[in-house]
Amino acid sequence: MLRIALKMLIGDPVKYLGLVFGVAFATLLIAQQTSIFVGILTSTGAEVRVVEEATLWVMDPSVVTIASNRPVRDTMLARVRGVEGVAWAVPLLRGGAAIRLSDGRQFGANISGLDDATLIGAPRAMLLGSVDNLRDPDAVIIDADGYGRLFPGQPKRLGAEVQINDRRAVVRGIARTNPSFSGGIALYARYSTALGFLNTGRTQLSFILAREAPGYSVAGVAEEIGRSTGLKAQSRADFAKANRDDVIQNTGIPISIGSTNVLAVIVGIAIVGLTFTIFVAENLKQFGALKAIGVSNLQLVSMVLTQAALVGLLGYAIGLGVAGWFFLFAAANIPSFQGFFLPWEVAALAALVVVFIITTAALVAMRRVLVIDPAVVFRG
Amino acid sequence: MLIPSTSADQAGAPIIAGRGIVKAFGQGSARVNVLHEIDIDIFAGQMTFLIGESGSGKTTLISILSAILTADDGAVRVLDQDISRSPVARLARFRREGVGFVFQQFNLLPVLTAVENASVPLLAAGLPRRLAEARALILMDRLGIRDQANKRPNQLSGGQQQRVAIARALVHEPRIIICDEPTASLDAQSGRAVMELLRDIAVQPDRAVIVVTHDARTYRYADRIIRLEDGRITSDGREAPREID
Repeated sequence: MLRIALKMLIGDPVKYLGLVFGVAFATLLIAQQTSIFVGILTSTGAEVRVVEEATLWVMDPSVVTIASNRPVRDTMLARVRGVEGVAWAVPLLRGGAAIRLSDGRQFGANISGLDDATLIGAPRAMLLGSVDNLRDPDAVIIDADGYGRLFPGQPKRLGAEVQINDRRAVVRGIARTNPSFSGGIALYARYSTALGFLNTGRTQLSFILAREAPGYSVAGVAEEIGRSTGLKAQSRADFAKANRDDVIQNTGIPISIGSTNVLAVIVGIAIVGLTFTIFVAENLKQFGALKAIGVSNLQLVSMVLTQAALVGLLGYAIGLGVAGWFFLFAAANIPSFQGFFLPWEVAALAALVVVFIITTAALVAMRRVLVIDPAVVFRG
Repeated sequence: MLIPSTSADQAGAPIIAGRGIVKAFGQGSARVNVLHEIDIDIFAGQMTFLIGESGSGKTTLISILSAILTADDGAVRVLDQDISRSPVARLARFRREGVGFVFQQFNLLPVLTAVENASVPLLAAGLPRRLAEARALILMDRLGIRDQANKRPNQLSGGQQQRVAIARALVHEPRIIICDEPTASLDAQSGRAVMELLRDIAVQPDRAVIVVTHDARTYRYADRIIRLEDGRITSDGREAPREID
C-alpha cells in the first residue's frame, strides 16, 4: 500500500514538485541563515579565542569587546606583572588605520601590535613567511583575504610595500585568519612598530594578555588583578563570550535572522500544508474508494505519512544540499565568508523543523482522509 | 420478463440477513428517514437486483449491507457476523476480506496500471505485490483484459475499466459482490458484456451478487429483483415489476 501511496504522490508531478520545493525552500533558509548567525557569533570571539597562550585579558573597566578603543597606560603592564599569581603579562595594541597603496587606493585595516619579545597573539597559520619575520624593520603580517583585496589577481609574495597612516610597511608574512566580526584587513606588527602605525601615545596599549602561574586559578588571578590595579580582567572564555553577547544584545542580527527563520517555517508550512491539503482533497475519492474496499484507517494514515516522509526527505536533502553548496562556494570565493560552514547542529535543527512542517501538513491532510465517508464512492 | 430460476438457493440460510433496518440522515427539522424498518435476506448463488427511483434508499441499503454504513436501528448479520454495532476497524477488515465492490464511476486509481488496480484488495490484505499481481492477472485473463494489464485507466475504454473494476472486486474471492450501477457509465454493448461477465464469473454457489441499477435492459440477468420506494421494499420477486419492465 505504501508503494501505491508513493505512486499517487509522484503521479501528480506539479504538486509533488511543489511540496518538495516548499520543504527545500524552508530547509535552505533555515540552514543558511542559522549557519550564518552561528558563523557571526563564532567570528565575534575568534580573535580572542585564537590567542591560546593567554588565559587572561586585562583591560580598561569600560571595555566590553575587543573592538572597544579605550587605551590603558603601559605602566599598568608592570603592575599586572606584579600581581600575585600572574606568570607573565604582555601588551597588545589594537587600532584602526588606513592602508594606502602606491596607486592611491585606500583600505581600512585593524592592526594588532604584539609584544616585541614573545609575539604572543600572532597568527598561527602562515601561508607565506614566518612570524619571526615581524622582527624585521616595518614588517607586517597580513591576512590572505586582505592581501587579495590589496593586490587583486596577483600571486601572493613577500616584500610588497604599503603606507599605513603615511608610514612605510613591508609585507613579511601572509597568514590565514578567521574573519573578524568588524571586517577590515587584519595586520599584525610588533608592538613598537604598531605604535608608529597607529599614531597613539607611546605609553598606551589596548589590552594586557596574561597567564596565571601554576597553582593559581584563572578566576582567582582575574579577581586579584582587578582588586590590585583597578583594571578589568576576564578569562579568555569570558571575554570571548562578552564579545558574542554584545552582538546578540546590541545588534539587530538575532532579530533579523530569527525573523527570517520564523518566516521560513511559516512559508514552509503554508506551501507544504496547502499543497498537501489540496493534493489529499483532490484524491479524496480515491482514498474513499480504498476505504470502501477495506483499507483500514491505519493503512491510510501510513500512506499519508509515507507521502509526507518522502516529500520531507527529498526537500530536506535538496535544501540542505544547496545550503551546504552555498557555504562551500562562499567560503572559497567570498573572503568575508571564510570560516563559515554548515554545522551539524544546524542541519539537525533544520531536520526538526522539517519534521514539524511535514507533520503539521500531514495531520491537517490526514484528518480529511480519516473522516471521509467511504459511501462517497457510491455518489456518481 | 422471465427470470432464471434459482429458487432452490433460497432454501438455504441467507448470506446477508437484515431485520428492521432503519437509517436517517440529518438532525432536527432537516432529518430525513431514508430506510424504514427494512427486512431483507440475500442468498448466495444469486444475482439480486435492487431497483428503485433515485432517493428510494438503494444506495443507503447496500452501504449498510456491505458494512460501509451502520444502521441507526435494526440488526444486520453478514456471513454469520453481526455487523450492526461493530467498530470501524472491524468493519474495514470485514469489507477487505468479505466484500468486493464494482462502482458506477469505476473508482480506479489513475496512477496505477490495470493489474495494480486489480490487485489492490490483496495488497491491502498484506499479500506480496508479485503474488497479488499474479492472481490479478489470472482473473484479468478470464475477464479478457490481460493484454491491457500494464495500461493505466485513462488508456482504457469504459468497458475495459469496468472489467478491471470487476477483477478488483473478485480478486480476493469475497463472498459478497456489491455492484453500484455497473452499466450506467457504459454504452449498451459494453454494459451487456459487463453484465454477462458478472453473471458468468461473479455469481458462484457460495457468493451473493447485489446489483443496484436503474438500467431496465439489465433486469434479465437478475435472479431476484427487489424494488424500493421511499425507503421501503415494495416488491421482491423473480420478475421485474411490470411498470418498469
